[in-house]
Amino acid sequence: MSTWIDVCDIDDLQADSGVCALLKGKQIAIFYLQRRQEVYAIGNFDPFSEANVLSRGMIGDIGDEPMVASPMYKQHFSLRTGVCFEDAGVSVPAYPVRLENGRVAVMLASPPVQQKSPSLAVCEME
Amino acid sequence: MNMKQTLVVIGNGMVGQNFLAGLVASNAKDRYRIVTFCEEPRAAYDRVHLSEYFSGKTAADLSLVEDGFFAEHGIEIYLGDKAASIDRERKQVTSAKGVIVDYDKLVLATGSYPFVPPVPGHERPQCLVYRTIEDLEAMKTAAAKSKVGVVIGGGLLGLEAAKALKDLGLDTHVVEFAPRLMAVQLDDGGGAMLKRKIEALDVKVHLNKNTTLIDDGAECLHKMNFADGETLETDIVLFSAGIRPRDDIARGCGLEVGPRGGIVIDNQCRTSDADIYAIGECALWNGQIFGLVAPGYAMARTVVADLAGEAGSFTGADMSTKLKLMGVDVASIGDAHAKTQGAMVYTYQNGASEIYKRLVVSPDQKRLLGAVLVGEASAYSTLLQYCLNGIELPEHPDSLILPQLAGEPVGLGPDALPASAQICSCYDVSKGQICGAIEAGCTTLGGLKAETKAGTGCGGCSALLKSVLDCELTKLGVEVSTDICEHFPHTRQDLYNLVMVEEIKTFDELLDKHGKGLGCEVCKQAVGSILASHWNDYILKTEHIGLQDTNDIFLANMQKDGTYSVVPRVAGGEITPDMLIAIGQVGKKYQLYTKITGGQRVDLFGARVEQLPAIWQELIDAGFESGHAYGKSLRTVKSCVGSTWCRFGVDDSVGLAIELENRYKGLRAPHKIKFGVSGCTRECAEAQGKDIGVIATENGWNLYVCGNGGMKPRHADLFATNLDKETLIKYIDRVLIFYVRTANRMQRTSVWMENMEGGLDYLKSVVIDDRLGIGAQLEGQMQHVIDTYQCEWKTTLADEQRLKRFRHFVNSDQADDNVVFVEERGQVRPANAQERKHFKLIEEAA
Ligand code: SRM
Ligand SMILES: Cc1cc2nc3c(=O)[nH]c(=O)nc-3n(C[C@H](O)[C@H](O)[C@H](O)COP(=O)(O)OP(=O)(O)OC[C@H]3O[C@@H](n4cnc5c(N)ncnc54)[C@H](O)[C@@H]3O)c2cc1C
Ligand code: SF4
Ligand code: FES
Repeated sequence: MSTWIDVCDIDDLQADSGVCALLKGKQIAIFYLQRRQEVYAIGNFDPFSEANVLSRGMIGDIGDEPMVASPMYKQHFSLRTGVCFEDAGVSVPAYPVRLENGRVAVMLASPPVQQKSPSLAVCEME
Repeated sequence: MNMKQTLVVIGNGMVGQNFLAGLVASNAKDRYRIVTFCEEPRAAYDRVHLSEYFSGKTAADLSLVEDGFFAEHGIEIYLGDKAASIDRERKQVTSAKGVIVDYDKLVLATGSYPFVPPVPGHERPQCLVYRTIEDLEAMKTAAAKSKVGVVIGGGLLGLEAAKALKDLGLDTHVVEFAPRLMAVQLDDGGGAMLKRKIEALDVKVHLNKNTTLIDDGAECLHKMNFADGETLETDIVLFSAGIRPRDDIARGCGLEVGPRGGIVIDNQCRTSDADIYAIGECALWNGQIFGLVAPGYAMARTVVADLAGEAGSFTGADMSTKLKLMGVDVASIGDAHAKTQGAMVYTYQNGASEIYKRLVVSPDQKRLLGAVLVGEASAYSTLLQYCLNGIELPEHPDSLILPQLAGEPVGLGPDALPASAQICSCYDVSKGQICGAIEAGCTTLGGLKAETKAGTGCGGCSALLKSVLDCELTKLGVEVSTDICEHFPHTRQDLYNLVMVEEIKTFDELLDKHGKGLGCEVCKQAVGSILASHWNDYILKTEHIGLQDTNDIFLANMQKDGTYSVVPRVAGGEITPDMLIAIGQVGKKYQLYTKITGGQRVDLFGARVEQLPAIWQELIDAGFESGHAYGKSLRTVKSCVGSTWCRFGVDDSVGLAIELENRYKGLRAPHKIKFGVSGCTRECAEAQGKDIGVIATENGWNLYVCGNGGMKPRHADLFATNLDKETLIKYIDRVLIFYVRTANRMQRTSVWMENMEGGLDYLKSVVIDDRLGIGAQLEGQMQHVIDTYQCEWKTTLADEQRLKRFRHFVNSDQADDNVVFVEERGQVRPANAQERKHFKLIEEAA
């Protein structure tokens, strides 16, 4: 039972960065990789810091896998699967996104968020 | 029924108090009812910093006892009451005021008293000593009606006392019996250099002088008569001729004391009576009295361990010292006098800059036995490590004291640290444990952290941990990559040069030419910083946005709950009441948590992303600018009040601090940069703990570089002295841009300096002698940064497009419902997990 939900104009996205959308009460982080003309959507809630901040992380890739680094304690999450690079047991939901007629749409069919108590175990203090 | 034993502590001085604090933190705490007698009218205070009483510290400032300490721990203290006698038979202590307490265990921490040689006339008025706050008060009173002061004794304490007399405005003399100053710690050369430096400060030093009589003076209150027939008139005589242990109460009850005094103790600090311990300066261990506080603390720890049934022993202490006497750095390590059989000595003497250094090494030249440093003691910690850990000396030991032998960095790399050195203080992980894990196959930082827990607390030791790892891997023959990350096969310095030489203006251009993949937060931030340092574009330009961490994107610092903090610039810490009111009004209107920072400004916490523009608009309308608290850039220039108000100030430190802060604000760098400017050598702005420190002198400004506080504090190095303002600024321009160009990512100036081949002297040659011929270029680049400065908040507020980013959702004006505050001490703070759950329940119920 999945339908595409219209979110915003493609111009509302930030090239090589993220924004956050509110969809049916859920916070969704949407990232735009301009270089590859790709868009990704994952949950905005950072399970490590328990704050809604992932959309404000920096993006890039690790060994070709597109990722976002949490702005809080710098754990990395795959933009494709939502799985955390440092601890494969932790992940955030990942959602299908599409670009059509200059509009961004997301499909909300998500596994539940797995939580983990905050820990700095993998971060390097900046 | 009360099963507690009674523990009595006689003496609440530095060591007695340290013992009490250790005891109540140990598991022996609940076993004892604790009683202590304190002869002085106030509880323990810091004698080591006693002289600061004259530069404005109060008795309360010097106190070593936290408010409510005795009450909180149920310790009974008898203030102003001296323990008069001990009855060991009945196990009872009786005080001068008649209090009688039965004890099960007794600890003597009675300290020592100043020795006054029995010179005829020593009991005349204004013949004083220097040990307690009361002594200082007597000095102050005497000084008010005096012109001349003499200190008898040119040791460590005597020189401290001389400084106090000088600060009290007296014409000051030091009279020493021995042929040199600080005879215990220094050799002849060191003593002579110290004498020269102290005389330059207008304190007269008389050596080889034996005082035979003090009687009436003609001009002054006293006349001192010396054995050689000479005389000296003075109003105050201050005796500082050594200390004697206070062992009278121990003698009175028949405990064993040494032939020249001191209560004899064993390795557990027990006296000849197993229920009585002695610690601190009253104790005699192995025929030695320890007149320093650290050995006393070690004794205190030993007794706490013994009472708690744990193993612990006192086995002597290192008497190495480093101090500043009248602004002169003096250090003495180990066998300074080369008494060891066959010891070899290296000395370095620089008459022009008044520096004296001496190394005492073992006959095979492999180990450091001792050292003396006068005038410049920055090598102290390195040398001490060599000496204490028996680290093998470099091939040319003199490279450790010679300024010229470049190429051989003087700082100890991780390789030189002994296995016992603590790397992570949060989890008490030693270098040995880390090396063990590496040998067992842990070859990544992540793996090491998981295995040893090192670096998983506050994270502050990560850099050190990484350098140990790299060093060990290199030793194991594993090649250590210096590449910044997987996207660029280059170091930060390489990238900087590429940007500069190829005039690269964007990350994409650099990635296309020299990198691969998409980049990551490491290389993007580094390149973002390089581009900002070099071109100084507006950092939120579309092509740069993806290169900024969240702090830079929102020009504010992210807090634990995803809200931000706001820090307006307060240059030099100077602020008008109106500006303070304006900050207060903003804080109140937006209900922000308000705090004075350690950097002399005000931080407003708890701003939601969507509130930031409105908050900043109000601040900018009130005349504020961005404080760059979010950037790896110039933070604050801390100042002291300086000559404008302070009676000791010799120059306008506030004026200079404001000028420097305005000059360098906005400069982006590999890491944050902090300055301090002090108006005189008392150094209230802590300039020597900053990346750039400036201290006023009678003849200009002294410049210090590469200090910092933080996780691994480093004192700044003296770079140049008595500069006029123009030269000062020229040097700072050059040092900073050279740092910006050559440092590694996230490297503070301190670490940069420590890793620089040739160290301080090399940096001096580049900046002062312009050895690379780039001086003008460095200045030019700084001028560009200064000319292109903009308040990033002002620019952002004027840009509709940019402002659109300051909202939590792209498609809704709602706020993040996960941000919840509660009130504490009249202000907001983020709710904790428990509280948040509670609020959710209430919400759902409603
Ligand atoms: C607010 C403040 C504490 C306070 O309440 O007083 C503070 C707060 C933070 N400090 Fe600090 N430091 C503050 C003064 C200091 C000082 C004292 C000083 O500047 O005189 C030091 C030691 C001096 C020094 O830097 O040499 C200090 C040493 C650090 C360090 C360790 C740096 C090091 O080289 O070891 C870090 C971590 C880092 O930067 O990597 C740090 C990092 C931080 C961060 C940015 C941690 C973080 O990433 O969230 C904190 C967030 C600030 C915020 O949200 O606004 N803070 N921090 C102070 C702000 C001063 C200001 O007005 O800008
Ligand atoms: C000016 C000055 C500068 C110094 N600088 C340094 C320095 O730079 N570095 C360093 O390591 N050390 C320094 N010292 C030495 C350091 O202060 C001492 O090593 C330290 O105070 C010793 O501690 P303590 O507890 O043994 O003695 P104290 O601190 O003297 O304490 C003993 C206390 O016991 C009290 N007392 C004695 N008998 C009785 C009794 N019968 N009943 C009740 N109370 C009694 C005394 O009144 C006193 O309060 C300095 C000392 C002075 C005076
Ligand atoms: S303000 Fe500084 S010292 Fe305090 S917790 Fe934050 S980083 Fe640590
Ligand atoms: S994590 Fe190692 S010192 Fe804090």
